[in-house]
Amino acid sequence: MTATPLKGSDRTTAGPLADGTATSVRPRRRGRSAPYWFLVPALFLFAAFTVVPIGYAVWLSLHKVQVKGIGLGKGAREQVWNGLGNYTDVLHDSEFGHSVLRAFGYGLIVIPTMLGLALVFALMLDTPQARSAKFARLAIFLPYAVPGIIAALMWGFLYLPTVSPFYYLLREFNLPQPDLFDGGNLYLSFANIAVWGGTGFNMIVIYTALRAIPLEIYEAAKIDGASDLKIALRIKIPIVMPSLVLTFFFSVIATLQVFTEPMALKPLTNGLSGSWSPLMAIYDAAFFRSDIYGASATAVVLALATFALSFTLLRVSDRYTREDRA
Amino acid sequence: MTPLTLTATDARPGPAKPKRTAWVPTLVLVLGSLYCLIPVVWVVIAASKGRSELFSTFTFAPGTGFAANFKELSSYRDGIYWQWMANSLLYAGGGALLSAAVSAGGGYALGRFAFKGREFIFKLMLAGVLVPSIVLTVPQYLLLSKLGLADSYWSMLLPSILSPYGVYLVRIYAAAAVPGELLEAARMDGASEWRIFSRIAVPMMMPGLITVFLFQFVGIWNNFLLPYVMLADDTKFPITLGLYTLLTQGASQPALYTLVIMGCFLAILPLIALFLVIQRFWSLDLLSGSVKA
Repeated sequence: MTATPLKGSDRTTAGPLADGTATSVRPRRRGRSAPYWFLVPALFLFAAFTVVPIGYAVWLSLHKVQVKGIGLGKGAREQVWNGLGNYTDVLHDSEFGHSVLRAFGYGLIVIPTMLGLALVFALMLDTPQARSAKFARLAIFLPYAVPGIIAALMWGFLYLPTVSPFYYLLREFNLPQPDLFDGGNLYLSFANIAVWGGTGFNMIVIYTALRAIPLEIYEAAKIDGASDLKIALRIKIPIVMPSLVLTFFFSVIATLQVFTEPMALKPLTNGLSGSWSPLMAIYDAAFFRSDIYGASATAVVLALATFALSFTLLRVSDRYTREDRA
Repeated sequence: MTPLTLTATDARPGPAKPKRTAWVPTLVLVLGSLYCLIPVVWVVIAASKGRSELFSTFTFAPGTGFAANFKELSSYRDGIYWQWMANSLLYAGGGALLSAAVSAGGGYALGRFAFKGREFIFKLMLAGVLVPSIVLTVPQYLLLSKLGLADSYWSMLLPSILSPYGVYLVRIYAAAAVPGELLEAARMDGASEWRIFSRIAVPMMMPGLITVFLFQFVGIWNNFLLPYVMLADDTKFPITLGLYTLLTQGASQPALYTLVIMGCFLAILPLIALFLVIQRFWSLDLLSGSVKA
């Protein structure tokens, strides 16, 4: 079974350039500059708040501060060219390296769990005989409306033995009470918050793609004697593959930028380093150690890594989705 | 051009009459709903507990201190909590409104005109999505400091306006919802490009613009990194950062826990209300940016 007979029905998947731009208007000579005028605000903001900051970060990353004399008085500190010096420091900075590894470890838990749950929920929602589907769709999507930091604060309280209902139950039944802020459990604690907040949105994206499949396909498959499970595995999942790839793509990017959850739980525990995730490490360098040069170099490295990862993923996903983008 | 509907490419004519209940999917969905609702239910109940009750009574037993907590939070440092709430509303509402306007212009230009550099501009903006937020936020802060704008309302508003995703969504929407013939006819009648845009295109793109507004509203309301980097004066904090600082102070004095919990409860109310209202007439399918032409 392939997706070929359904070509064009997958337009619900928001992929880059999946729109009908072929229907552009022939511009008349008058008003030829009009599109540029309409674009001016967007372009100005893009230049001022994306291009210039990136350029500035790159410039900073190539400089350092040199202290003259004993470093007192005006002009005692001056910016000097440092070439790739900051970058070699970044690559030798085990602190940052560890934060990247931690982010990957965290992503290895979050992404499969979150997307797996989102896919399962979407498939269940798409089962006509399932009760409570409408309620579940809303309930599971609800966490999307909760700001990440507040979700993390709420879960933070639920992790505290003194106020948590889970610990209450564990105590009642005399079960061992794990420390959720300890070592490896910390990853699970963060991951749970991200899964809680992100599953609903991904579920809706996948569910939307499922709704685009005409019912006749299933009827045909049922006549051929396929079970519900088989239909899900052999028809539904292959058809929603582009959506899965897209959600995976965005999840990976979000994982590298994990910041809110560890920041929110930091006040509740002592066991959390100020540079737990890459973003925290950069923030730490820029504002606590006042090393904006090193911080900029680290940020540029993170951006380049994100780009490299994105293009690799897009190239791989192209193989799955090319025919659907037509 | 066929009439445009915005209920996504739904290939199903209507809900099929369920013959019998499928128990496994129902059970899975109920469990999923429980998982997603438990923290929200807990925060509602915990908000009703007084200080002593929070640590002594069963966590899902409602307490008696709701009004007292509310009063205490409202009077905490002369009502700074409501100042944070107002700030959030200003940042999210103002930023989202401006974002929708900027996306309208940009998306309309990219979706309805053929001009030199169109694809390049579009792809460049989309690439902006991939840039990690901190790569932008830290230099933005340093540059705004040089202009004397750091730690001001502007430092929160200005960086939140441009949304590459918004431009992308309006571009798709404009290409599908605004018929080229109509624009051409208006041009024949001698209407100026601005008039065509404001009187014809914007009303037709309105559902797309509302989507951009809502997305950006939620995005700004939930943003933590930007205010964390930009702001130092806590009277300018949005609710997210305000609650966070309350917790960092409260870590040493658990007496503040009840305030933080009450604050969490009140902070999620507006967005949940917004979602419940919206989902009645606004298809969730829109979230994936789907347009059926």
